[in-house]
Amino acid sequence: MHMKEQRMMHGSIALAEGAITAGCRYYFGYPITPQNEIPEHLSARLPEVGGVFIQAESEIASINMLLGAAAAGARAMTSSSGPGISLMQEGLSYMAGSELPAVVVNITRLGPGLGGIAACQGDYWQATRGGGHGDYRLIVLAPNSVQEMHDLAIKAFELADQYRNPALILADAILGQMKEPVSFAEPKIKIPAKPWALTGAAGRSPQLIKSLYLADGEMEKHNWRMHEKYRRLQEKECLVEQDLEEHMDILLVSFGSCSRMVNSAVALARSQGYKVGHIRPISLFPFPEAAIRDVSQRVGKVLTVEMNTGQMWDDVRLSAYPGSQCRLMARPGGAIPAPKQILEEIKKFLKVGDLLAKSVR
Amino acid sequence: MQKVFARPATLLETGFHFCPGCHHGIVHRLLCEELDRLSLADRAVGVPGVGCGVFLYDYIGIDTCEAPHGRATAVATGIKRVLPQQFVFTYQGDGDLGAIGTAEVIHAANRGENITVIFVNNSVYGMTGGQMAPTTLLGQRTTTSPAGRDCQNDGYPLRLTEMLAPLEGVAFAARVSLHNPAHVKKARRALQQAFETQLEKRGFSFMEFISACPTNWRLTPQQSIAHMEEQMLSVFPLGIYKDTTAGVLQKEGESANAVL
Repeated sequence: MHMKEQRMMHGSIALAEGAITAGCRYYFGYPITPQNEIPEHLSARLPEVGGVFIQAESEIASINMLLGAAAAGARAMTSSSGPGISLMQEGLSYMAGSELPAVVVNITRLGPGLGGIAACQGDYWQATRGGGHGDYRLIVLAPNSVQEMHDLAIKAFELADQYRNPALILADAILGQMKEPVSFAEPKIKIPAKPWALTGAAGRSPQLIKSLYLADGEMEKHNWRMHEKYRRLQEKECLVEQDLEEHMDILLVSFGSCSRMVNSAVALARSQGYKVGHIRPISLFPFPEAAIRDVSQRVGKVLTVEMNTGQMWDDVRLSAYPGSQCRLMARPGGAIPAPKQILEEIKKFLKVGDLLAKSVR
Repeated sequence: MQKVFARPATLLETGFHFCPGCHHGIVHRLLCEELDRLSLADRAVGVPGVGCGVFLYDYIGIDTCEAPHGRATAVATGIKRVLPQQFVFTYQGDGDLGAIGTAEVIHAANRGENITVIFVNNSVYGMTGGQMAPTTLLGQRTTTSPAGRDCQNDGYPLRLTEMLAPLEGVAFAARVSLHNPAHVKKARRALQQAFETQLEKRGFSFMEFISACPTNWRLTPQQSIAHMEEQMLSVFPLGIYKDTTAGVLQKEGESANAVL
């Protein structure tokens, strides 16, 4: 990639190229729609840059190959969609417990079960609550454009290494499949030293990567230490886009592809004289609690718009200033909220505004 | 005076947690002898699975990575692909490798991953308290086959070495036993071949150790040795099942089940 080059690009390809720019040289994956463009692209590209592509026998094998590559100190990635990400939860739990940095991409599809292949945001809880067993968090980044598919792939590797924690990119079929212009900045990639990595014990004591702690009190200490890491993430690494006005009657909150419909709805509402703000969490963990708390204190009415039955809504309600009126507009199962429908919700909420009311269209 | 027997340098000076009569300690020692002989201790990465072998890192002074239950060969694949010059092996029991990790071991073998798999087969789940394993003998009583393993309900003992040896990615596959000193010596020779297979980058090498679990067999260590000889070896015939350098098989005895 050259400096300031701009190219029309497919979301999945932009993400894959971002990973290569970040120094990712190892990819392990198993085919599943709608993310096959990522392994297909990397199967050709990685050998060109001296990397390794393996098509694993399952997502369970993929995530454990990723665990091994991360333990050996490499930047490595896997990608999948809902059902495959479910199979990876065991490995993700082990990687979080072993504090191994790597990037996992979820180009989400419909669920539960085999669901369908259309865009949906139903994996928010799975992504942000850990997903597997035990007391842990993933770093979760949610792009809303092809440019961000590229840029957040790089950011995910940086945060994963910095905090020694797996990072997950939560996109969806819309972001994975659409094309947009992407500009490539001069990459300034610096992969930090990993003195903890397993490389053979030449010139140093043998090292161990593990998540098993059986001695009295060890596990509690480990969990609190990891909790402190998540607290630092919360304090320092929240990524959020805010489109606010000086006086607002209502605040909208949305993430990912859905936020693009909300952006249109906000423009539409403003053109009709409504005073509307919009907060888009880019990092879903850490969740931008402070931004939502501060703005909701000024505004009072918070409308969350999501392509599920109301998952991020939990985090919005936990973050909103006490007494804020929180309402949900939810479209699960592949339906996409149209800007005009969102505007209707805005108008309705401004008229009534009943506390904690759900509106499912 | 020449010193002819000493503790391997790679075997850490600590006591094993293994039960009396358990053979994990012998496998650990053999591994350390080979790591020392080939000067591999500072370029080896071990991947223990989940089971009694998980504490490998407490006893063997090398870099070690825990793997989720059954996933050791996938984890080792990731390590080896990043570090192709290093020596990478897994250490797995029969539940880990033969039940929950069957898919991972078959596909790692089929890819010809240049790793060595140490498979300790004592026909029972040791760490969880003696449940039926895929390798449990027909009629063998375990905590989950209290009336003895019944093929109608539980299927048959799984022969992993016979399953894996025919795969083209497998360069070396052997089944050895630890029931007497002569067989421990044979096991050491086979292990040397397995290690050299990886060092020569010939592909996947697989070592099955028939071993005892007196605690969960509810036998004394001596009775366990007799059980291995009299019951296990007819179901799990010993021998070198594959050696791509030899071209011929060096199988001990006969078995209709050893398909090659």
